[in-house]
Amino acid sequence: MLCQECGKRPASLHFTKIVGGEKTEFHICESCAREKGEGIPGTTNGFSIHSLLSGLLDFEPSGGASGAGPGYQAKGQTIRCDNCGLTYAQFSKMGRFGCSKCYSQFGDKLDPILKRVHGNAVHVGKVPKRSGTRIKLKREIESLRRELHERIEREEFENAAQIRDRIRELERSVAEG
Amino acid sequence: MERLTAVPETGRLNAVGKFETIRLSDLSELERRVLVEKHLISPNLANESRGGAVILSDNESVSIMVNEEDHLRIQCLYPGFQISEAWELASRIDDIFEEVADYAFDERRGFLTSCPTNVGTGIRASVMMHLPGLVLTQQINRILSAITQVGLAVRGIYGEGSEALGNLFQISNQITLGQSEGEIIENLHSVAKQIIDHERAARERMVHESRIRLEDRVFRSYGILSHASIMDSKESAQRLSDVRLGIDLGLIQDVTPRMMNELLVLTQPGFLQQNSGEKLSAEQRDIRRAELIRQHLHRKSDHGGV
Repeated sequence: MLCQECGKRPASLHFTKIVGGEKTEFHICESCAREKGEGIPGTTNGFSIHSLLSGLLDFEPSGGASGAGPGYQAKGQTIRCDNCGLTYAQFSKMGRFGCSKCYSQFGDKLDPILKRVHGNAVHVGKVPKRSGTRIKLKREIESLRRELHERIEREEFENAAQIRDRIRELERSVAEG
Repeated sequence: MERLTAVPETGRLNAVGKFETIRLSDLSELERRVLVEKHLISPNLANESRGGAVILSDNESVSIMVNEEDHLRIQCLYPGFQISEAWELASRIDDIFEEVADYAFDERRGFLTSCPTNVGTGIRASVMMHLPGLVLTQQINRILSAITQVGLAVRGIYGEGSEALGNLFQISNQITLGQSEGEIIENLHSVAKQIIDHERAARERMVHESRIRLEDRVFRSYGILSHASIMDSKESAQRLSDVRLGIDLGLIQDVTPRMMNELLVLTQPGFLQQNSGEKLSAEQRDIRRAELIRQHLHRKSDHGGV
């Protein structure tokens, strides 16, 4: 396949962009990608290679004024952790958070990164004993519900009834705090 | 930090063992290096931490690092294939620390670590494996690349960024979020078990198909280790691996696998220098290393003879 930009060199970068259900495919060669980094024809807001790569990691372009990618331009502001002052751009560069508050400050923006690294964005493991009693109860209820479901499917109704009672009991203690 | 390093004094850790707190700032560069070579602290804690400390158990199987990349890093080392045991102990120690420290924990994200690659359980379960059979039969690359595809990572013996010296590989989980500790350990356990099976099969095949060449390799290395006067760290790791293989296959009987493990650590640069009580040049180290190995191997066979 030839590069859709210069029509001479073979296209080595292929990507698909989906905006609001509308799918656009791009096939370009590396040198066009580098040269015409600012915009690829067919996109309205200029999709640069830089923002393609950082977009993959959902990185916010540094600075804001220079090379702001699509999506962020409109906001025109930098996401910054109120607690330690670390910006999202700094985080994406270093790969380290500044403090424990960064997680909640950057919020859902972290989902794609976490999914890419772990294939998942939600914790299911151990919960600290002292601070997490409530969370723990909720987790236990969830797992009991799953078990309940399985028992019912296997028609082990006697066991299921016990589990149901246990769930009720736990729910009561969650409600009471 | 003070609250964390003071935990041993509160007596809470007594049920687990005897502990001592060591501040990194009180140690010389060499002493830190020795701790790294014994796997008790990470290179990161040794070199970069400001105000770092380590809480060490007297049998050196537990080391709790304070102010490493994260505030707290609990490490438990067990011999053999005891991943679950190590996790249980780490979890118990974790509970003890949680009594005095408020962990940064989020219901959705789990334990909030400094690096997004550790968030969630924050657990890194790993097994150290000696895989000469897979290396010699050239299957190792295929297997290692398969491992990375199931969410596990392979490292050398000194962790991140280190080389796989002496056919030793450290295999650990990469994913910390979205799987429970039990699942992570189960996954590592089953993959490690498969690798063990492959390694055993490879060894068996070598014994059947090229026994004489295998023997030659093992005894050649044994001979060199027993007599050489200069030995660099790379060669010694390789030769020790050969001898270890020979022991495992029953070709060499007067040396214990334990001695091979000891020698592997004792021949590291930091250890050599600490033993001789001075800083050594690379060449001096190579001479000292060869001497140390000779002494160990001869002492062993002397004992055997008596």
